[in-house]
Amino acid sequence: MDLQEYFSLVFSDYTLRTITLGTAILGAVTGMLGSFAVLRKQSLLGDAISHAALPGIAIAFLITGAKDSNTLLLGALVSGLLGTFWIRGIITKTHLKSDTALGLILSLFFGFGMLLLTFIQKQPNANQAGLDKYLFGQAATLVESDVWLMAIVTGLCLFVLLLFWKEFKILLFDKDYAKTLGFNTKTIDILITSFIVLAIVLGLQTVGVVLMSAMLLAPAAAARQWTNSLSKMVFLAAVFGAFSGVFGTAISSSQNNLSTGPVIVLVASVFVVFSFIFSPSRGLLFRQIRFIANRRDLEQQKTLAFMYHIAETHDNISHPHTIKILNNFQGFTRKTLQKLVDKEYVMLDGTMWSLTQKGFDKASNLYNQQAKEDE
Amino acid sequence: MEQKIAVKVDDLTVAYNYKPVLWDIDLEIPEGVLMAIVGPNGAGKSTLIKAILGILKPIAGSVSIYEKPYEKQRSLVAYVPQKGSVDWDFPTTALDVVMMGTYGSLGWIKRPGQKEKKAALEALEKVGMLPFKSRQISQLSGGQQQRIFLARALVQDASIYFMDEPFQGVDATTEIAIINILKELRKAGKTVIVVHHDLQTVPEYFDWVTFLNVKKIATGPVKDIFNDDNLTKTYGINYKVSIQE
Repeated sequence: MDLQEYFSLVFSDYTLRTITLGTAILGAVTGMLGSFAVLRKQSLLGDAISHAALPGIAIAFLITGAKDSNTLLLGALVSGLLGTFWIRGIITKTHLKSDTALGLILSLFFGFGMLLLTFIQKQPNANQAGLDKYLFGQAATLVESDVWLMAIVTGLCLFVLLLFWKEFKILLFDKDYAKTLGFNTKTIDILITSFIVLAIVLGLQTVGVVLMSAMLLAPAAAARQWTNSLSKMVFLAAVFGAFSGVFGTAISSSQNNLSTGPVIVLVASVFVVFSFIFSPSRGLLFRQIRFIANRRDLEQQKTLAFMYHIAETHDNISHPHTIKILNNFQGFTRKTLQKLVDKEYVMLDGTMWSLTQKGFDKASNLYNQQAKEDE
Repeated sequence: MEQKIAVKVDDLTVAYNYKPVLWDIDLEIPEGVLMAIVGPNGAGKSTLIKAILGILKPIAGSVSIYEKPYEKQRSLVAYVPQKGSVDWDFPTTALDVVMMGTYGSLGWIKRPGQKEKKAALEALEKVGMLPFKSRQISQLSGGQQQRIFLARALVQDASIYFMDEPFQGVDATTEIAIINILKELRKAGKTVIVVHHDLQTVPEYFDWVTFLNVKKIATGPVKDIFNDDNLTKTYGINYKVSIQE
């Protein structure tokens, strides 16, 4: 199946439609909530939460003996939340910094989870196979009820987001100030964190424990490059996330045996790289172009100002001078001189230059402007 | 005439870990003063403000605003945090930050409307930042960011203003602009409490001063207590106020 075939099939084929819808919704909700994680500088929290969910999946299986995804995700939710509260506890109760707390909980829970998984695999139970799909995710196992669950959580999340938008914004920007205004910042904090945990747990089946944090971070990091407004950033992150889901699914299902989760994450990373380079205001490319253009302008202005000072000492501003005297001036190049000639600020006659009236006016303007700015 | 007490602090003690940062602070701030809190680094100046405002939980002590517990009087109090306490790369505009000053009176869920926007624009005007209202906050200079924070507090239309080093990292022009606004607030009968670093300007800017170094050293009118004795007690070195003349 190639990409074209995929897009013609996506509306008719039940499995394909389910998976595509699932990954799109997942991308949207993680993108939205990821914006908050990124702006709170809690990028690694998502990673810790997703890893912390693994033992929950294993324990849920051990208790129920069933592989029903909802039961397992409930286990994941419980252990994910537990991990999160432990992280918060470690940060507030000890001297450890948040990165240490995150690292500790991440490896502790993940290690325990892996231990349980190997234990389960040794059990004489035919049902045990397939739990390891939660490590890297397997979008192909998504069924309609999973997608419904995702849609409901996403809807709920959107509702809460719109309802408490102002509270979320002020908590993200200035928590202490929010407190003095009388907002219970702890409640808002728990609300945001709980939704982040919920979104991560929803994604485990599709993207898996190991790569889940990229779903949170990549769309948000990409979106930040394109806008300076929080609402637009959240919206864009949701769009990028959704597109990553759709394109990722399209690519993985058109190429045989490509695992969907990693492909989705790679597509999201492409969004990030593209945004980092090509964003007009923050991107590397335009920044470099602006930088070079500014330098050139300044070089020309400096040279012109230097000429102005020489010309000033003569009665006739167009009195010719030799180019040699410019050579001592730092920042002068033949190129800048040519640029000035092109702009008709300067006339060249062999090895002599002279300022034109236009150039003189321009230079005296520059000079006055500079003096005004210094005031 | 008996002056009303705007802020009263009783036995306030704060500790981060083991060592107390503030020890047994009693403080009465009369209404309508422009007060500086001075003291060396680590004296607990910012901590005092944060503890009064409930940002930090004190080990002991209580705070009352106009004779009622602070929690019931929040609407009377506005806060200007240190400029460095937030991430200025946050995706928002100057106007939007100033609007946050209205969130307290709006309460939960309710969104700011035209009335709040008008108040925010007026506050921006007051601090001379109206032309920058749509500017992304990372593209403002340090002094402009400080003015935005000031405008956000002005929007709250409070009776008591707590400011944490509003002059830090601002140029002379901005400093004058800010102090003029503070003096206007005092003229309007507001009480303004400022954590301040520059001892030289204390007599010029303020009429009331509190010396702090973990314990309260002294508090009162600048003209009575801003002297070598108190400065030496607070800063630990032999300090000469050659600056008063």
